[in-house]
Amino acid sequence: MSDTAGNGAVLVVGGGISGITAALEAAEVGKDVFLIEKNSYFGGRVAQLNQYFPKLCPPTCGLEINFKRIKDNRRIRTYTLTTVKSIAGEPGNFDVQLETAPRYINANCTACGDCIPACSEEIDDAYNFGMKKTKAVYLPHEMAFPRRFVLDKDACSAESLEAIQTACKYNAVDLGMQAKTFTVKVSSIIWSTGWNPYDAKKIANLKIESSPAVITNMMMERLAAENGPTQGKILRPGDHKEPESFAFVQCAGSRDENHLEYCSSVCCGATFKHISYIRNQYPEAKIYVFYIDLRTPGKYEKFRAKYMADANATFIKGKVADIVDERDGGVTVVAEDAVTGSKVHQKVDLCILATGMEPALGTTGKALGVTMDGNGFIVPEPEKGMMAAGCAKSAVDVYTSGQSSTAAALKAIQIGR
Amino acid sequence: MKKVYGAYLCTGCGIGDVLDVEGLKDTASEAGVDMKEHACLCGADGRSFIEKDMSENGINTVIVCACSPRVMQENFQFGEQTITVRANLREQVAWIGERKEDGSIDDFLQEMGTDYVRMGIVRAKKAELPVPYQLETINKKILVMGGGLAGLTAAKEAAKAGYEVTLVEKEAQLGGKALGWRKMFPTAYPYAELEAPTIEQLIAEVQADSRITVKTETEVARIAGSPGQFNVTLKDAGHATEWDAPARVTVEEQDLIAKGEMEDPNKGFKKYTVLNPDGETFGAVVLATGWKPADVSQYEHLGHGSLTNVVTNAEFEKLAKNGKVPARVAFVQSPGGKDNDQDFPYCNSVTSMVTLKQANYVIEDNPVDGQAYILYQHMRTPGNAELFYKGMQAKDGVFMTKGSVTKVAAAGSGLAVTVEDTLLGDDLQIEVDMVVLAAGMVPTTASQAVINLAYRQGPAFMDLNLFDGYADSHFICFPYETRRTGVYACGGVRKAETMEETMDDATGAALKAIQCIESANRGVAVHPRSGDQTYPDFFFSRCTQCKRCTEECPFGALDDDEKGTPLPNPTRCRRCGTCMGACPERIINFADYSIDMIGSMVKSIEVPDDDEDKLRVIVFVCENDAYPALDMSGMHRNKMNKLVRFIPVRCLGSMNMVWIKDAMSSGMDGALLLGCRYGDDYQCHFVRGSEIATKRMENIGETLGSLGLEPERCAVREIAISDYDKVPAIIDEFVEEIIEMGPNPFKGF
Repeated sequence: MSDTAGNGAVLVVGGGISGITAALEAAEVGKDVFLIEKNSYFGGRVAQLNQYFPKLCPPTCGLEINFKRIKDNRRIRTYTLTTVKSIAGEPGNFDVQLETAPRYINANCTACGDCIPACSEEIDDAYNFGMKKTKAVYLPHEMAFPRRFVLDKDACSAESLEAIQTACKYNAVDLGMQAKTFTVKVSSIIWSTGWNPYDAKKIANLKIESSPAVITNMMMERLAAENGPTQGKILRPGDHKEPESFAFVQCAGSRDENHLEYCSSVCCGATFKHISYIRNQYPEAKIYVFYIDLRTPGKYEKFRAKYMADANATFIKGKVADIVDERDGGVTVVAEDAVTGSKVHQKVDLCILATGMEPALGTTGKALGVTMDGNGFIVPEPEKGMMAAGCAKSAVDVYTSGQSSTAAALKAIQIGR
Repeated sequence: MKKVYGAYLCTGCGIGDVLDVEGLKDTASEAGVDMKEHACLCGADGRSFIEKDMSENGINTVIVCACSPRVMQENFQFGEQTITVRANLREQVAWIGERKEDGSIDDFLQEMGTDYVRMGIVRAKKAELPVPYQLETINKKILVMGGGLAGLTAAKEAAKAGYEVTLVEKEAQLGGKALGWRKMFPTAYPYAELEAPTIEQLIAEVQADSRITVKTETEVARIAGSPGQFNVTLKDAGHATEWDAPARVTVEEQDLIAKGEMEDPNKGFKKYTVLNPDGETFGAVVLATGWKPADVSQYEHLGHGSLTNVVTNAEFEKLAKNGKVPARVAFVQSPGGKDNDQDFPYCNSVTSMVTLKQANYVIEDNPVDGQAYILYQHMRTPGNAELFYKGMQAKDGVFMTKGSVTKVAAAGSGLAVTVEDTLLGDDLQIEVDMVVLAAGMVPTTASQAVINLAYRQGPAFMDLNLFDGYADSHFICFPYETRRTGVYACGGVRKAETMEETMDDATGAALKAIQCIESANRGVAVHPRSGDQTYPDFFFSRCTQCKRCTEECPFGALDDDEKGTPLPNPTRCRRCGTCMGACPERIINFADYSIDMIGSMVKSIEVPDDDEDKLRVIVFVCENDAYPALDMSGMHRNKMNKLVRFIPVRCLGSMNMVWIKDAMSSGMDGALLLGCRYGDDYQCHFVRGSEIATKRMENIGETLGSLGLEPERCAVREIAISDYDKVPAIIDEFVEEIIEMGPNPFKGF
């Protein structure tokens, strides 16, 4: 297979769990697949999760199997740091121009790590939402696939770059690397561009910028993960206090016409998962959950029931109006209890905003001819050779993403026939 | 193929810094293989170094002693006719140790390295190139069971991809429950208006498709055979036949039946191994038999069954489809009671949406005086369903409140509904004409086998109690993988779903059916060992018909033949090796994974017989999760106990206890198994591997005890892939226990 395989080939844009699934399901039928990812590694958002609910199992377990399937399958070509520049042609016969940004580390890299001590600059670790620093030459995370370092060239001094280059025994540092543009011929395109956590800074009353005691649910995933900034210990950012009380603010941005009008589907389940994380470390901590509805339908009800029974967890139906900084480093959450009508002022050591999902493709999608709905979700148009999968299409959990990605694979294959 | 061996040692990534290269080469030549070294085997230069040597010396079996087999695979592929074996000297040796303080080689580390070289060479010697299993004839037709929305969609989409489909429906008419829906949920932005049902159009499309054969008033009596050649007996719906799927009979029951102590439950039915000469052949099956409305009469305070005009959502939809609905209707979302804020059993977000839809019927049919009261604990309208919910909240005549419904009673010509803990503060009493209960959707698999397999392990999917009877998968990230290869469920039979979700689900199931057929056609495994060309090979002349393999196979791949000998169905097989682990006669093997191979690797480990500081512990490691955890532990440069030797296995289910005996009889001091969590939240990709291995280990403990060895010398530990920083301590703890017990008393004999 070459870059111009054409004839039935599928382009999958976005290499998170949905894109990986769509790519593998199509390739294992026997189709040629190009899988591109704008990040330096595959796995997307699930690679940042500590555990899945309701099984409380590590997502890296499923990713490992999927990466093995990719490595064993010659029909899939993978490209990281790669985005779509333009699309020409029609269903069954697209010419898609792709661009790969320079990684500055070539395929010689063995991930031995000898370059790390040579690098003198540190950058914010994006994988950990900036809660820790990483060297400017780095492996994005333990399970990163491909297992190849990345160099943030702009962050480094000339001396540092030279030292990095000298430290590498395998001639893997290529400072002259340029962005590379190339064209693939495909029959159909699956958009699996996923989601970004909604920017909590936009929700002014929830004060994420004014106190380190206010974090997002995705930050909580990293705090609870052993490969996170605190080696899995849930500590308050800033002063590293062991929190004795926690508040969860559900629908932080979701179900709100000023922010995201839809429901992000997974945040309630995620909060119950976070309660399980807290209980493993702080058996006595007080937990307060402020919610509108607890959306854990179907098989998630049993999971919810387990943590609802917790004597130290209180569930308050009410939307949070304000979060106030306290001198001791904590915050007070202010809400109205919709059932009793009373105002609640609850002081806690750490407050977690259950921020929702915002479709990640953004306005670039429109320029490429992708149809998007009023909230930025992609509208699949098989007749135009365009499919959508996972959270690019609607806010869903991983299980549902698996379904829609597998479905998208079939719709794509139908076009290539 | 005559094998010619070549071993290649990479001295890069620290390997050459901490290990004695000449010593490793000597080890290889003692094992009869010439080893050459290179500073960076994975680079272009290293690769051509190997290729050149291969072509000069006719080498076709390569032992790469370098990094983990999990990395750099493409760099060490030398064509389909070459066997490549990897010895993990980087992540699991060089990166877990260092030179001694005085700069000399650490003999403990060096011994690890030499053992891994020996094991790599033995593995290469025992490995054969796989020859894929090919069915004599393959059938690519797809059987879709159920002619509702899910089945129709699956049939249509599979046909659109070019596959022939037969759709069977037990009713006279296609369409299933969707035929009775008055409206559908909105499917497009802004998700404001209900839509006219499209089911008639879908039925017409299916009926017009020349690739689809529709058989109404038809049921599946049984499905025998395996993917690529399922032998399916169809029958008139509702009639019993001799081809109906036989019930499961366990080995013990079989004995009782043979002795005349138990009646044969399958008397009068064709034996499950008999293929129906008049049966139809299919390649794969989509199960879309849907759901049944749940019975909610057990909630006496709600009055269903005792009060007229208390109806379920399904009953209300019928009313709405056929005419005008009453003006004042209360919709009850949750059975209530003070402590219960859950939905009715078998509900999902679809049932919240149905309530909203039906509330709309009330105000639509009664524009002047329509009043719909929605009494909920939690409205479940995830994703874009929220937009419809918002729209309904704003409609005149729709009243919603959180509350616990404590009583429904007759009041005059209507009903009185008592609600406590409402958002309006006080308790409420609402007078209505009708009460609608949001009853759940019970999958057809909750009460019946449905799939009707003529398999040794019985006609149904296994252990569906874990999923409340839904034909569901346990894997969050692999929703279609069930324990019956070639059968893919979709729609209401596996989850209470909306129509939109069902259509995606059915399309996905159709893809999986196609993929299974194409994989069988290529002779390769499906998930999770996708593409694996090996399959279990049985040396039947030594089989004692103990039936352990047929009983333990998580995927029901093995039947019995007429004489009771296992009858493999390779296209059902997922290649986990559980049968290989189960077999006491050791007659089940794979081309590149065998009892002899692993046993010989164990025996190739050098066990010093006179050095109490150099005890040896063998650790068998699940290659899916525990082995990557060991690699990442090495990547973190965590120190690892140097008395242990790791051997990856396909799954702990493939652990044959003879390997433990091999280890103990060769003087090793302990044996440990590292595998996945088991129980209700199991993580084993082959479902039961780690659980089965734990049971086997309990038995081997007894055997060791009878030999005078402490049973505690053998143990199992559960490891998740993310436990990489914990694993060294887990290993250390076990080794400490062994050290405390002292050396294996049989050492040296």
